Amino acid sequence: MELTNDANAPAAQTYANIVRLENVQKFFGAVQALSDITLSIGRNEIVGLIGDNGAGKSTLIKVMTGVLSPTSGRIFVRDKEIDPTGYSVRKAHDLSIETVYQDRSLADKQPLWRNFFVGRQITNRFGFIDIRREKEIAEDILLNAIGFRGVGITVDSTVAQLSGGERQGIAIGRAMYYNADLIVLDEPTAALAVKEVRKVLDFVRKIKESGRACVYIEHNLAHVHEIADRLVILDRGRVVSEVTPQEMSVAELTDYLISLQQHG
Amino acid sequence: MADRYSIPITRRFEGLPIIVVFFVLLGLFMYTAPQVFLAPFIYTTFLSTLPPLILLAIGLTFVIGSGEIDLSFPAIIGFSGFVFAVLFKEYELGWLAVAAGLGSGILVGFVNGVLIAKVGIPSFITTLGTQFFWFGMATVLSGGKSYALRGANETSVWQGIVGRPFAGFDGPIWLGQVPMQAFWTLIIVIFLWFIMNRHRFGEHVLFIGDSNDVSRVLGIDVDREKIKIFTLMGFLAGIAAIMLTLENKNYFGNQGQGYLLTAIASVLIGGTSIFGGRATIIGTVFGCLIIGMIEAGLVASGLTGAWVRTIQGLVFLIAIISYLYLEEPQKRAEMAARFGLKREFGRTGSAEKPPVADRQT
Repeated sequence: MELTNDANAPAAQTYANIVRLENVQKFFGAVQALSDITLSIGRNEIVGLIGDNGAGKSTLIKVMTGVLSPTSGRIFVRDKEIDPTGYSVRKAHDLSIETVYQDRSLADKQPLWRNFFVGRQITNRFGFIDIRREKEIAEDILLNAIGFRGVGITVDSTVAQLSGGERQGIAIGRAMYYNADLIVLDEPTAALAVKEVRKVLDFVRKIKESGRACVYIEHNLAHVHEIADRLVILDRGRVVSEVTPQEMSVAELTDYLISLQQHG
Repeated sequence: MADRYSIPITRRFEGLPIIVVFFVLLGLFMYTAPQVFLAPFIYTTFLSTLPPLILLAIGLTFVIGSGEIDLSFPAIIGFSGFVFAVLFKEYELGWLAVAAGLGSGILVGFVNGVLIAKVGIPSFITTLGTQFFWFGMATVLSGGKSYALRGANETSVWQGIVGRPFAGFDGPIWLGQVPMQAFWTLIIVIFLWFIMNRHRFGEHVLFIGDSNDVSRVLGIDVDREKIKIFTLMGFLAGIAAIMLTLENKNYFGNQGQGYLLTAIASVLIGGTSIFGGRATIIGTVFGCLIIGMIEAGLVASGLTGAWVRTIQGLVFLIAIISYLYLEEPQKRAEMAARFGLKREFGRTGSAEKPPVADRQT
């Protein structure tokens, strides 16, 4: 886990919250996807984001990670306000915020080493890629950060050759290599076999052990309950509740989510 | 299980299957038409006739590799060729006419790119439309006339682009027939091989072809890269137009029409994936050689010209099916299942078994 990328050395940890959203709204045309979201993510915590389909979970993390810009509201990164119109995926990367999407983090037909570096290749000044250097680092991530030792996966393997759990491992390993202070995981265990889920949850624990924060969106309440420090419950674009796993069991959480649906 | 992660031989040596096919065909034609294929002149003829096809196919390799298609390049050849021919002949602008011809190709490509990336019209429809528009423009502006460029071979433009640099030298006759466009094309092909395989831009092309969504998430400016891809296509079609016009010493409006199918076929025969995400420059070049060789070889072997398109179409289909079979394990399994060759989907033996159980897709 000592692997670091010197070029992106982590910022001095002098902030209270890695990300803070204040009164964020998001409209898609006339449809309001997020209304008045105020939410803070602390420095070294795993925050579980739960809610039914259409509750706004995905929209919320897209706003948080620069994929979508909010219709109104303020965004703070490390307690400093940022201009939402200038916010983008690239900007989020620069601010050490990385996202691992369920099935949109890796390009299937491309080798792993290209997947590690695309979007921020190691190039000379003409834009030609330093392939040898990229492969060396990719190999290091593969063996040391992710721990794919002796299973036959190489930096030249394509993503299509990996299992679902291995893919999540690659994506999370990449995020850690870039020294993300916040890693956002969008349903990383969806559609995975049980054995694969265990691997992914281990990766998530590694994120916290290494002193980073994590926002974890999950359908499966048992998974998120097991590893989150705090659970944020969304319903129809609003934050309706924040609890800790100690305050509510998985069964109580399930009942609560069902009751939300019925009282809408 | 080790072979689950191994890399197929087709990917370790770029273009390998198509290079093998090329030499088999070459051997075949040397047998059926020795008087043609064992003499040097057929090859120097290839050097002067194939460059436009190769340049178009290389541009298309980027386009198809990014999961898009361009149908408008025959019209670019018409339009850019017209711009070049009229400025070269009527206004005697020389190298400025070359620049204007290239510029018009770049412009058409750029407009295609903007319509596709920013307006969001699928490339098939966009370029179908622009194909008619620019072809029509060329016809309207030229009044349907052709331009004969008599005496063009006295000019530095002709000498520089399609001249015969070794014509006056002592040596074998075929050497004197080696044309400049072969050198230009070779330089461009090598340069674009590096761009595709070693440059940020090429990597972005392949990721976009793999998935627009993933590319956006990874921080690639998909719209801007698509505009660049189509602009590159326009630029290469512009070069092809000028080469063609100068080589024929004649401009005519539908001089590009024959290239639509042959260029697309060359790219796909070469091994670039019809689904995007995988592209090979070397494969494309050999695809062009095969397409050109079939044309010459069939006629030389005594078949009528009518057979040429038929055989090219056949080779094209066989190539696409073989690539599907070789490189897409999922498709291979589905195909086998459809023909009833496998009773149970997924039980295919370890070597070709995709990790179906825990795949997310």
